[in-house]
Amino acid sequence: MSDWVEACAAEDIDEEDVMRFDHAGRTYAIYRSPDDEYFATDGLCSHEKVHLADGLVMDDIIECPKHNGRFNYKTGDARGAPVCVNLKTYPVKVDAGKVLIQLG
Amino acid sequence: MTAIMSPALSGRDYSLTGRDAKLAVENGLAAAEWYHTEIPRKQMKELMQRSDQPAIRDTAIWLGALILSGAGGAWFWGSWWCVPSFFVYGTLYGSSTDSRWHECGHGTAFRTQWMNDAVYQLACFMIMRNPVTWRWSHTRHHTDTIIVGRDPEIAVMRPPDLVRLVLNFFGILDAWHAMADMVRNAAGVISAAEKTFIPPQEQPRAIRAARIWLAIYIATIALALYLHSWLPPMLVGLPRLYGAWHHVMTGLLQHGGLAENVIDHRLNSRTVYMNPISRFIYWNMNYHVEHHMFPMVPYHALPKLHELIKHDLPAPTPSILAGYREMIPAFLRQLRNEDYFIKRELPPTAKPYREELHNPVPAAAE
Repeated sequence: MSDWVEACAAEDIDEEDVMRFDHAGRTYAIYRSPDDEYFATDGLCSHEKVHLADGLVMDDIIECPKHNGRFNYKTGDARGAPVCVNLKTYPVKVDAGKVLIQLG
Repeated sequence: MTAIMSPALSGRDYSLTGRDAKLAVENGLAAAEWYHTEIPRKQMKELMQRSDQPAIRDTAIWLGALILSGAGGAWFWGSWWCVPSFFVYGTLYGSSTDSRWHECGHGTAFRTQWMNDAVYQLACFMIMRNPVTWRWSHTRHHTDTIIVGRDPEIAVMRPPDLVRLVLNFFGILDAWHAMADMVRNAAGVISAAEKTFIPPQEQPRAIRAARIWLAIYIATIALALYLHSWLPPMLVGLPRLYGAWHHVMTGLLQHGGLAENVIDHRLNSRTVYMNPISRFIYWNMNYHVEHHMFPMVPYHALPKLHELIKHDLPAPTPSILAGYREMIPAFLRQLRNEDYFIKRELPPTAKPYREELHNPVPAAAE
């Protein structure tokens, strides 16, 4: 059940930024907030399957690069048109400088 | 630039529920992966950064000029001196709202979202575009830019209807259709085409907006009748007609005469260098290839983006006049052969077009 997977080094992601992580045929987005916390969601926008890692992180929002759809990456909540479906989120922890994401 | 004759299907079906809509899906043109110029993430992040300051400044100038020119028109009402005031007021009302609606709809003009929403609602009303319907139609326009049967915002369909184009410089047909759509939506009716791109949960909001607008227009007409004066509609509604010329002039240049059914914005969009006044009215949407490739970049950063990627794009059209000198002959030629389009040449520094991805494949250069 607790299937923690190493995604990247903590320093690989700038503050207030996002990085793509592919694992077992799926893609995820790993975020580092302005408060230096880490979060993870599904990597593709729920609107048209665009990689969110190419988007813009502002405070607790990730904006999709294609249609500017916005999500709260901490909760996965869709924040208005054109996104209507929430993102799935995943637990994240930082251990010995590594970002781990729980996928199990 | 090279003129291309393509062996396209004869007779296009631009409806969103017709033959070409199905063909676009079958041919992989719907929601396809489009070409992007490579930009390092660090530079892209800098370009995407949001700021309230440029848009607050521009909006203050815009609203200030709108109020002053409107007041001037009302003050001089009844004399010829009102004409220059209404020329300015109309252009700000019926043309600059096209870019304000657009940029705020993307959510990129301001960093603060409520400011984007407020200007978006105001501009939508002035340009007569339902704020819900057009948010979703524009989403589709960015997904399937100038894909026949998929893009609801193709301004010039082939063969071009030149009478319609000329009439729209005075907003005549656009405003008529907008009014008809508003009344239909206010009556609670969402068309079959609208249902293809507006999700069901959003449709009641489109109806509510149409009802609010209808009430405003009824109040304006009632005031005009009460005052026995054309002044109220000269300030609310009619500027969408007598001030439309600039947004139609710049809007036609965006994609006019260029390729259809391709998945590379360098083939179907046009960047045009413009004078500073037009760029203020148009909020830098003259950098149109850049905007379509990277819609996350705010209008105020588009000139910087243009400098960064112009090595990978066709040479920009040097002026509005040059754009029309290129476009009008193409429109005339499309009257005889609707498969004709302008293919823009890339500089030697650019990555080549991936011709195999485009349908129809250009057959021969002249």
